[in-house]
Amino acid sequence: MSIVNAFTQFTTGSVRVVTRGSVGYFAWVAALLALIVTGLVAYMGQFNEGLIVTGMRDPVSWGFYIGNFTFLVGVAAAAVILVIPAYIYKWKPIKEIALFGELLAISAIAMCMLFVLCDMGRPDRLLHIMPLVGNMNLPRSMLAWDVVVLNGYFYLNLFVVTYMLVSYYRGREPNKYIFTPLVLLSIPAAVGIHTVTAFVYNGLAGRPYWNASILAPRFLVSAFCSGPAVMIVLLQVLRRVTDLEIKREAIWKIAELMAYAMFINLFFLVAEVFKEVYSDTHHLKHLEYLYLGLGDKTALVPWAWTSLIFSVVAFVLFLVPKTRQNVVTLNIGCAMIFIGVFIEKGIGLVVPGYTPSVLGEIYEYSPSTTEILVSAGIFGVGALLFTLTSRVAIAVLRGDFRLRTANQG
Amino acid sequence: MTPKFKRRDVLGAGAAAAGLAMAGCGNELVEAFIKTRLAEMDPKQLETYLADLEAEYSARYGKDVSVDDTQARDGVLFAYGLDLDRCNGNRRCVEACVEENNQSRAGGPSGHSNPIEWIEVFEIPKEKGVDLDEADRYFDRESVPAPGMFYLPVQCQHCDNPPCVKVCPVEATWKEPDGIVVIDYDWCIGCRCCMSACPYGARHFNWSEPNLPAEEMNPNTHVVGNRPRPRGVVEKCTFCIQRTRQGKYPACHAACPTGARVFGNLLDPASEVRQLIERKRVYILKAELNTRPSFFYFYG
Repeated sequence: MSIVNAFTQFTTGSVRVVTRGSVGYFAWVAALLALIVTGLVAYMGQFNEGLIVTGMRDPVSWGFYIGNFTFLVGVAAAAVILVIPAYIYKWKPIKEIALFGELLAISAIAMCMLFVLCDMGRPDRLLHIMPLVGNMNLPRSMLAWDVVVLNGYFYLNLFVVTYMLVSYYRGREPNKYIFTPLVLLSIPAAVGIHTVTAFVYNGLAGRPYWNASILAPRFLVSAFCSGPAVMIVLLQVLRRVTDLEIKREAIWKIAELMAYAMFINLFFLVAEVFKEVYSDTHHLKHLEYLYLGLGDKTALVPWAWTSLIFSVVAFVLFLVPKTRQNVVTLNIGCAMIFIGVFIEKGIGLVVPGYTPSVLGEIYEYSPSTTEILVSAGIFGVGALLFTLTSRVAIAVLRGDFRLRTANQG
Repeated sequence: MTPKFKRRDVLGAGAAAAGLAMAGCGNELVEAFIKTRLAEMDPKQLETYLADLEAEYSARYGKDVSVDDTQARDGVLFAYGLDLDRCNGNRRCVEACVEENNQSRAGGPSGHSNPIEWIEVFEIPKEKGVDLDEADRYFDRESVPAPGMFYLPVQCQHCDNPPCVKVCPVEATWKEPDGIVVIDYDWCIGCRCCMSACPYGARHFNWSEPNLPAEEMNPNTHVVGNRPRPRGVVEKCTFCIQRTRQGKYPACHAACPTGARVFGNLLDPASEVRQLIERKRVYILKAELNTRPSFFYFYG
């Protein structure tokens, strides 16, 4: 059977796989669809009225959308980087870890692209920024580079997972001469997307909160906390529903590595806080706004402390062998790290960069209902995408979903 | 300039595919795709484009609107000077700027309010020096100059090393040969990178449909200057490109009752602005950022 034919059958078969399932599965998908529709309705309002329906204004010109975008680039990057410890520690299902890591990366990048689209003042001019058809300001604009690397990373991962799944579907092992170099390429690409995204902020000399060389390293280590948090939960699910041999030790090892990553992240934070507090220049104000508030402008303070406390607690939970090996505390730790980094790399990164503004104005930003609904809808899209693709992948790995050839009858 | 794929080539090659893909997406999207960047238009395209804009605005505002594209003159490099000793915070410059440049007014039929002012004036205690963290933009303009205070108007500094131009992902903003930093309002995608990059808060975004009442609309416009802007794009001071390229002073300069504002051609040794740089002490706002402004504050 030709590859084209097999691919067609794979596609139609996949549709069958995702449209069958338990009541719980359909309830989950229906809930996600409801979330997506709500987000879409909210976006229609924004599309008609303009970005005025958001909490953003001239002094704080990026907000929740770009914060979520930044956070999700980290998730996309780190899920794939997990291949490195999988290889070093010779975890048995290394290909499967790579596979699901890339599925997560694809969903995360899809969300990233939607967040950027929703943040654009002129979504109708989207093509102006697309490679080849648009007019990209390369090599000078970091955002243009970000579009290039995110697109590249998206298609790279899409190709790798499609290739792997179709191979398994056809009852073959993926050709390691195709698979290995591409997975190896996706590792520096993962580092690349997160570094370039950090550089979008980092290169702005007028914004001292972002113009610190520790920004890109901090991005990477905090991503190495949030991405694996999702993967740990996923690997536990896989252990239950498939006969894949995922050793508990592998999961514990990931948690341990996350503890180290979180330690470095917290250390970087201390380095940043020390520099600002001890120097005591005007640049301190941004950090002050985040953790203490400026006058009566304290919107971010509870979030900042939640993030910090969650990060520290999760660090301890994952550092102590007993708690990282306990299924309850392990998953609590994952949730806390996810939320902690979501705040830190979301509004905790974006908003203080603008507060006070370059002209000293303190405009207190908080996301509007529209922004929250649209964002929830986009997370819904990502979760749905990941649910559906994982379902297909699990069916393939379990052997339930295989190409039927003529001689097999 | 790096050689790059011309959009038109891609259009030629993939017109059918693109056409098919776009067919279901409504006319506006097709138009946005086919539109050429201002900087890439040939003279004929430009002529049609300007005529279309004039027709559109004339119909919308019920008056004869002109949209010109007067180019930079050789041997001209514009620069601005502002005397911090004379400025008394009366804000006439701000009003004149809004009227001249068709900025969005507060309120409006959209139900949202998105007033835009390209010039901001700050009141700062004298002993603080130029410290924007101590600056108040909501000072009482009836009682200026207040004792112990000085006033600092800030607008686009038309940097020689503009961070906003560097970060724009689609080359929708650039520096003209006469030093003016401009925006192609029909190419800007509204990503607002430039607003994050600008250290002077000079760039403003049309968060909603701009509110420009027909009777207040200034019909003498320039294509990258004060022509009405659409929603969702960035705008800023253009040194009144529609006036200054015709040999007139910017509106803020003409409106200033204290004589604090100086404008002219930096390359002309006899110009007022050149004289001030040669004779006075100048102050560069945020000089440490190496943006190299064309805007010089000075002390009388």
